[in-house]
Amino acid sequence: MQALKADGLAKRFVTSRATIDVLARVSLDVAMGEWVTLLGPSGCGKTTLLRILAGVLPPDEGTVSCSGNAPLGRVAFLPQLDTLLPWRTALDNALLPAEIDRRPREPARRAARELFAAFGLAGAESLYPAQLSGGMRQRVEVARTFLAQRDVLLLDEPLGALDPITRAALQGELRALWAATRPAVVLVTHDVEEALLLSDRVLLLSPRPAKVLEETHCSATSGRRRDAPEIVAERARMLAKLTGGGS
Amino acid sequence: MTLRGVLLPIAVVALVLGIWEGAVRWGGVPAYLLPTPSRIAMTFWDHLGLLAHHAGATAAAIALGLLAATGAGLALAAAMAASPTFERAAAPFLVGSQMLPVFAVAPLLVVWLGYGLLPKALVAALVAFFPIAIGARDGLRQASGETKDLLRSMGASRRQTFVNLLFPASLPAVFSSLKVAATLCVVGATIGEWVGARRGLGFLMLEANARLRVDLVFASILFLALVALSLFGALRIIERRLLHWRDGGTRG
Repeated sequence: MQALKADGLAKRFVTSRATIDVLARVSLDVAMGEWVTLLGPSGCGKTTLLRILAGVLPPDEGTVSCSGNAPLGRVAFLPQLDTLLPWRTALDNALLPAEIDRRPREPARRAARELFAAFGLAGAESLYPAQLSGGMRQRVEVARTFLAQRDVLLLDEPLGALDPITRAALQGELRALWAATRPAVVLVTHDVEEALLLSDRVLLLSPRPAKVLEETHCSATSGRRRDAPEIVAERARMLAKLTGGGS
Repeated sequence: MTLRGVLLPIAVVALVLGIWEGAVRWGGVPAYLLPTPSRIAMTFWDHLGLLAHHAGATAAAIALGLLAATGAGLALAAAMAASPTFERAAAPFLVGSQMLPVFAVAPLLVVWLGYGLLPKALVAALVAFFPIAIGARDGLRQASGETKDLLRSMGASRRQTFVNLLFPASLPAVFSSLKVAATLCVVGATIGEWVGARRGLGFLMLEANARLRVDLVFASILFLALVALSLFGALRIIERRLLHWRDGGTRG
């Protein structure tokens, strides 16, 4: 069963000075419950691709469908930069999707409190974003994305701005959170190790204009420890491909 | 505020008043030109009832003017945020309204609206309207592209986006402009009273000035300053209550 299908996506930004081709015919399918990671060098157009998948940016060519429908309102999108609303407490931020959906208030609050407790956010419910550390803010954003109760999650570098220790800890927790409800996930990252540890499938993207260079199934590596020999070897191979110009 | 933060301004004010008092008392300045601070204080105290009576009218004009300007300014800014076409159509009028010397129009307003509260409130509203409309318009653009993307991806309606994102994001800018507008309102209401009134601190000032009661002019100005100060203070209290999420507390 397909959760998300993108066909021949192309995007070009035209400014008065230059024309930039960002995406060159990118196609991808994500099955229900599958975790697909888009891995590529910085500035290759990953974020643009994810915004198109979320439906907030129209492609020049190609289509996106989410179980046969347009993606707006059907996917949970976690943009790259800090998107917590500073005037809402952590819990109220996580409840925003439920409010937009006009879901009953009390069950939503209960679910949010349970997730907060399970995801290391106990005690942070009534704090404002300005009172939280960077790691805690990322946790709240991830919690908000899961609480949107969508079949597809689009995560743009959710652990990007964190220190390595916090990042490693959150990778494990993120995968555990996903395993509990198993939504389809499209993760964007430039961290090869993160891609191998978390995903079912990795799509390696070329430098701009982005196209899919290769597809790697990593059921053998996902969920493994970062020092396992398969991970180390695969990581070295992908890094070489990413930095070597993709021959 | 620290003790130092309180004492320092008080010391400066006391020093200035002391020099003023000394210069007038022993410097040979006639009291009908510049009264001493102590004389002004006594006049203020003796005429407290009279000042309060007139201040009531002025305060009402200021409050009514500020409320009207806030309502109209926010409504215009919201309409401009909702429709770029409307913004392009309205922007020249908004800027043009500022080229119009409002105080020169004040006598006309008296002709049209009489000597009551309305023309003063209107002058106050006219001068306060521009900063509020501009502040609110800029404020409604404060939400980041990412947060707008986020709300859109959730399938939020225009109304939900406005209520949950654009409006709260605009409040810091709105309050900055409200504080500027409040001080303009005080000037506007006073000038409205100069042009034609039977009551109000501006009217009292003019009357006292004509009778060379400079001490009463100063006492009126002092009372007006107190009215402006309390208005400013009230706005700051509302701002702190609404925007308490800004003072971060512990960050770690």
